[in-house]
Amino acid sequence: MSGLRILVPVKRVIDYAVKPRVNRAQTGVETANVKHSMNPFDELSIEESVRIREKKAHHAHAPPVEEIVAFSAGVPKSQDIIRTAMAMGADRGIHVVVDEKDALEPLGVAKLLKKVVEQENSNLVILGKQAIDDDAGQTGQMLAGLLNWAQATQASKVSITDQTTVEVVQEVDGGVQTIRSKLPMVITTDLRLNEPRYASLPNIMKAKKKVLDKKSLADYGIEESGVRLKTVKVCEPPPRKGGVKVEDVDGMIGKLKELGAL
Amino acid sequence: MSTTDFTETQLQVREAVRTLCTHFSNEYWRARDETSTDPHAFHSALAKAGWLGIALPERYGGSGLGISEATLMMQTISESGAGIAGAQAIHANVYATQPLALFGSEAQRSDTIPRIIGGEWRMCFGVTEPGAGLDTLRMGTVAKRETDHGDRSEYVISGQKIWITCAQVAQRMMLLARTKARGEVEKPSQALSLFCIPLDRSAPGLEMRRIKKMGGRAVDANEVFFDGYRVPADCLVGKEGEGFKIILHGMNAERCLLAGEALGLGYAALARASTYARERNVFERPIGMNQGIAHPLADAYMRLEAAKLATYHAARLYDASKTDETISQDAIGIAANSAKYLAAEAAFTACERAVLTHGGMGYAQEYDVERWFRECLVPRIAPVSREMILNYIGEKVLELPRSY
Ligand SMILES: Cc1cc2nc3c(=O)[nH]c(=O)nc-3n(C[C@H](O)[C@H](O)[C@H](O)COP(=O)(O)OP(=O)(O)OC[C@H]3O[C@@H](n4cnc5c(N)ncnc54)[C@H](O)[C@@H]3O)c2cc1C
Repeated sequence: MSGLRILVPVKRVIDYAVKPRVNRAQTGVETANVKHSMNPFDELSIEESVRIREKKAHHAHAPPVEEIVAFSAGVPKSQDIIRTAMAMGADRGIHVVVDEKDALEPLGVAKLLKKVVEQENSNLVILGKQAIDDDAGQTGQMLAGLLNWAQATQASKVSITDQTTVEVVQEVDGGVQTIRSKLPMVITTDLRLNEPRYASLPNIMKAKKKVLDKKSLADYGIEESGVRLKTVKVCEPPPRKGGVKVEDVDGMIGKLKELGAL
Repeated sequence: MSTTDFTETQLQVREAVRTLCTHFSNEYWRARDETSTDPHAFHSALAKAGWLGIALPERYGGSGLGISEATLMMQTISESGAGIAGAQAIHANVYATQPLALFGSEAQRSDTIPRIIGGEWRMCFGVTEPGAGLDTLRMGTVAKRETDHGDRSEYVISGQKIWITCAQVAQRMMLLARTKARGEVEKPSQALSLFCIPLDRSAPGLEMRRIKKMGGRAVDANEVFFDGYRVPADCLVGKEGEGFKIILHGMNAERCLLAGEALGLGYAALARASTYARERNVFERPIGMNQGIAHPLADAYMRLEAAKLATYHAARLYDASKTDETISQDAIGIAANSAKYLAAEAAFTACERAVLTHGGMGYAQEYDVERWFRECLVPRIAPVSREMILNYIGEKVLELPRSY
């Protein structure tokens, strides 16, 4: 393999620090006038790609990185986070503009990404394990399935050990698991993978000169967003009722019996 | 804060600075304040990410953006909870380097600016004197040109400066000093010159003493004593006698930055106050349900927003004047002084009300508003007092006779 062509899909989501509120129509959460940022897992994906290029630590034997492309499908403002990705080190960006009302489902995104991978000739896709808005956690896996590529999900450590081999440590129930695979592959990132750098001012300025291609679904031969689910209703979780205090262990047992829990 | 009207670049600046500042929590600033320790990690982090060069030329490693962007950066720093302390830790590096970039020799620029941007050196600004106060033209610190034993020319500095922020941690000072007696020149302003001098604390003739102060305790403010302190003659910036003119040039920029810093403090305090007013229940309802709490906060918001418009208007004028000759220095001066005044007052209102909204908790360090309240007096006093701004507007805009 000559070099790595890394594709990093990034998503614009409500900022992790914002407390989301259900909209009045109960069709979703309020997004107007709410601070948005890059999905935190996607920051890890960008960071890891840049570290591969820099041959940091466990990427010392990685093949050279030919290109890191940041991709986002979403509302016009999604370009802000592509710019951030480029300020962090992605070489260029692709933005497929999708209206909020036509928002894609994970399968739709995976199908779109497959086309992007083919067009960009990517051989490594690094995605977040989930986006913190819908928490679906499906896109990476579906993409690997559609491409018929190997997948390593929830990576907490990625080592590119030679020209074609990748080792990924995953956190699984009760411990860690190391898997090894050959490129091309799909990796999804977990929180402990790295600590993303913040965009420096000179890099923000450089990112302004990088190419950001604006595209439509039709450019990838996709006519419809292919949405299959309809959100019936979104509501706040019911407020928690106050608890009861019991005097002692006997009181506790009595109460549990009374509630039919024992 | 409403962010309509900011450019894409400005919003990027705000977002990136905000993100960086999240690594320096209120606990960090509280501890620095309590122990009076310099926030050098914060200064280095900003330097490392290139922020100190925001408004410095690209040729010397800066990013060549304007005072508008620098002002928004300062606001964002202060708004992050870092307050005036955080702002002061970097303020002079951003602002006092401007005259150097404009009027310095090639050697001065290429020697100093990259080191300031990279964080290797820090800068402080030495103008105020105990004997002169706001009447800068009467300053007494003298820089006398001498040729020493060899044929090396030097300036010998004697006199006293006061309130010099960061003098303890800086390697360079932009110093305004007298090179001629008042009577020797046509206009008193022609007797002052600007220097970019090294601060060698082990050399003879230089001493500094830290001033104990009300707020912003993380950063040092000092009395600086010069007694025959020798610096190389090539420390002179521009020509002898041009110092005051050069300083004036940068003053409007500094007013804008300070206005931004004040705004940040005000917005931070207001955000805290409204959160507390929503969450604190007394008499079985949130205190914010009482209009006696809600209205002063709503009023504080409007004051901040109005001051914000004035601030970024002034900064835009300042930046635009570089390419638009129809914008006069007076117009910029009026806008920048008004902005500094309005922002300082709006910040004071917001900070005071934030303390009062918190009731007793407003007096506890843990809630941060007392720290910001102590700091919010600085923009009212420095770099120019409220009274002197009112004097200026009275004279320049209203054409009233000068009172002093
Ligand atoms: C925290 C802090 C940091 C500072 N950092 C720096 C620094 O880094 N470098 C630096 O050079 N300086 C610094 N200063 C100094 C600051 O710029 C001065 O304190 C400010 O310019 C006011 O000068 P003064 O203290 O001498 O006040 P004075 O000139 O003594 O004035 C005292 C009072 O009298 C009023 N007054 C005086 N003349 C008139 C008049 N004609 N009409 C109406 N009212 C009048 C003033 O408005 C003021 O209220 C700092 C000050 C503070 C508090």
